[in-house]
Amino acid sequence: MFIIKNRNIFFVLTSLVVAAAIASIAVFGLHPSIDFTGGTLAQVTYTEGRPNPEALQASLDAAGFEGYSLREANTSDYILRAQTLTPAQRDSLPNTLSIGGANPATVASLTDIGPTIGVELRNKSILAIALVLLCIMLFIAFAFRKVSKPVTSWIYGSMAIVGLVHNIIITLGFFALLGYLTGAQIDTLFVTAILTVLGFSIHDTIVVFDRVRENLAVNHERNRKEDFAETAGRSLGQTFVRSINTSLTVLITLAILYWIGPESTRDFSLTLLVGIIAGTYSSLFLATPLLVTIEKARGHKK
Amino acid sequence: MAQRRFLAFLILAVGAALGWYVYHAQITASKPFKLGLDLSGGTQLVYRADTSALQGGDVASSMEALRDTIERRVNLFGVAEPIVQTETAGALAGASEERLIVELPGVTDTQKAIELIGQTPVLEFRLLKEGATIPIDNSTTSLNAAFEVAAITGKNLKSAELQFQSGAGMASESVVVINFDGEGTELFADLTRDNVGRNFGIFLDGVPISVPVIREAIPNGTAVISGNFSPDLAKELARNLNYGALPVPIELISTQTVSGTLGEKAVRDGIMAGFWGVIAVALFMLIWYRLPGFIAALALSLYIVVNLILFLYIPVTLTAAGIAAFILSIGMAVDANILIFERTREELAGGKNAQDAIRDGFSRAWLSIRDSNISSMITAVILFMFGTSLIKGFALVFGIGVLVSMLTAITVSRTFLLALGLDAKTGLSRFFLSSGFFSGSTKN
Repeated sequence: MFIIKNRNIFFVLTSLVVAAAIASIAVFGLHPSIDFTGGTLAQVTYTEGRPNPEALQASLDAAGFEGYSLREANTSDYILRAQTLTPAQRDSLPNTLSIGGANPATVASLTDIGPTIGVELRNKSILAIALVLLCIMLFIAFAFRKVSKPVTSWIYGSMAIVGLVHNIIITLGFFALLGYLTGAQIDTLFVTAILTVLGFSIHDTIVVFDRVRENLAVNHERNRKEDFAETAGRSLGQTFVRSINTSLTVLITLAILYWIGPESTRDFSLTLLVGIIAGTYSSLFLATPLLVTIEKARGHKK
Repeated sequence: MAQRRFLAFLILAVGAALGWYVYHAQITASKPFKLGLDLSGGTQLVYRADTSALQGGDVASSMEALRDTIERRVNLFGVAEPIVQTETAGALAGASEERLIVELPGVTDTQKAIELIGQTPVLEFRLLKEGATIPIDNSTTSLNAAFEVAAITGKNLKSAELQFQSGAGMASESVVVINFDGEGTELFADLTRDNVGRNFGIFLDGVPISVPVIREAIPNGTAVISGNFSPDLAKELARNLNYGALPVPIELISTQTVSGTLGEKAVRDGIMAGFWGVIAVALFMLIWYRLPGFIAALALSLYIVVNLILFLYIPVTLTAAGIAAFILSIGMAVDANILIFERTREELAGGKNAQDAIRDGFSRAWLSIRDSNISSMITAVILFMFGTSLIKGFALVFGIGVLVSMLTAITVSRTFLLALGLDAKTGLSRFFLSSGFFSGSTKN
């Protein structure tokens, strides 16, 4: 199996991509949305052409807005991010946005989240991520409780988790870049995407590991001597098409969701797309080859 | 075999009937899908209820009264299918707090929605503490220092009416007479009997409107609010109290408004994405897996129909995130089929006949299917437990999708494949059962 044979090449490649993702996070940073910080997000559609940003800024300044950001969207929209509105600001919002009626505007969507809700959503998200990770680890420990030769079950588990960490870093790195390019922010939907990627990619890894386990058992039964690298390679070969095809069908639907689906889930589908590519890659090119490397290293020690 | 074919036919017929039913229900709008606010357009308001003045046991009943009051008020303004619910935010919010969530479909003017709720007055009753005097300024601290909470609250109000009363030295004064409900009448009778000589404060929106001295026990359950009202003001107060007085003060902490046009576009885009997603996945399966691929596409159609029926009858409130979850689940649903077909192909390559290969393919693939679905279910359940309504919409659809896909893959696909009764000896059926784009021979 060429993946096992050339595993060191893939390790280098993986390291480079992970390094790039970490650099992206470090340089561009990850910006929490109003879901977590509290604040206002408004999408305004200008029916008769949008005003220039300076005019809108002047109008917002006059209404007492501070530390806000404006971003152009579609052809006639602005997206406004600001702190939580005061009642007076909310009252005069239509007037402020239309610059005193000079530029007719409709508020397509307006979300205003108070700080306590933000804190609650943040805590809930952290708890959800922690719980998913914990449950997945327990699940891995359970799924691999019976394997012990030639690699112990906790190594299978650890490698599966290395794969998960890889997937999260890649997805975060990509999202940092996306945030830099389009102003996308970390919101509850993003957390959902990350957790979905975790669930999906662990299952991909488990399918491959399952096969390794099964082949080891068959070898043992038939008293066949086979190098672990051989067994792992054979298992990868047997599950390769399935892994690619499953990911392909999911990627097809996600790509379609991204291109023609609702706008509000566009960043979400893109995040999933990247996460699932990373997940498929890591279960084929990272987790299983790592098993072989570790087995070889341990073999040398003996 | 005949039995299996009959079963396959039955599944197809039922699937088709259900599919027609869903279609018909949508065309005639006899049972439309429930859409979340982000798709139907509307406003969601979240309020924090200030229950600090209440005793522990009263909180639940007051929140219930609060919900009823707001619901009455919202209904009065002719909002279709409003949702008014209470929620207790736990320790995760930093501090426990009672919340009121109001969803108003179709109301896309945030300000109007806030006003609609905001006009509801808060009616409270407090007793002046023994020895305290009525404070001159109406600041919260001095009011809280001078008054104590009375056993009776605004939730015991039954009705209010405008009356004219001849006051001392004046021709007539407009007053609002409030009538308590059964429980309120009893509480009020006890309260007045036990506290004769004390001042009884009637508070509206946190401000004392009148603080009469209790002269005698009042057993008939009426009280008079006299506060030098003009007749118009008294009339408005009586009307607002009749619409419902809030038992506890509320404070707006979050709003979300989505316009109808944005929601409609999201629905249209979602349906289109779903449609093309299904077509693309079905085509892929058909081209790569041929005959089994065709069966996977059939199973996929059944999967979609079963899901839609569940969405209608659970019912699931569909949000943009929910639609995304459904489309995602279409891609994932064929995974079980792919696992099975790949396994069947291997068994065939190992020299088994078609029926055995299919049977063994299913049983061998089952462990992988089960394990992979468990990890997806873990994610769905945790997301459902901790998510906001948006995320719950995603998690519920995703979870249902995972379960239904398991069902359709292991029962429907299996029945169909076995019902075909192929034997893989002839070149043609071997071609149909193998996979890949180019050759009919199996690799490995």
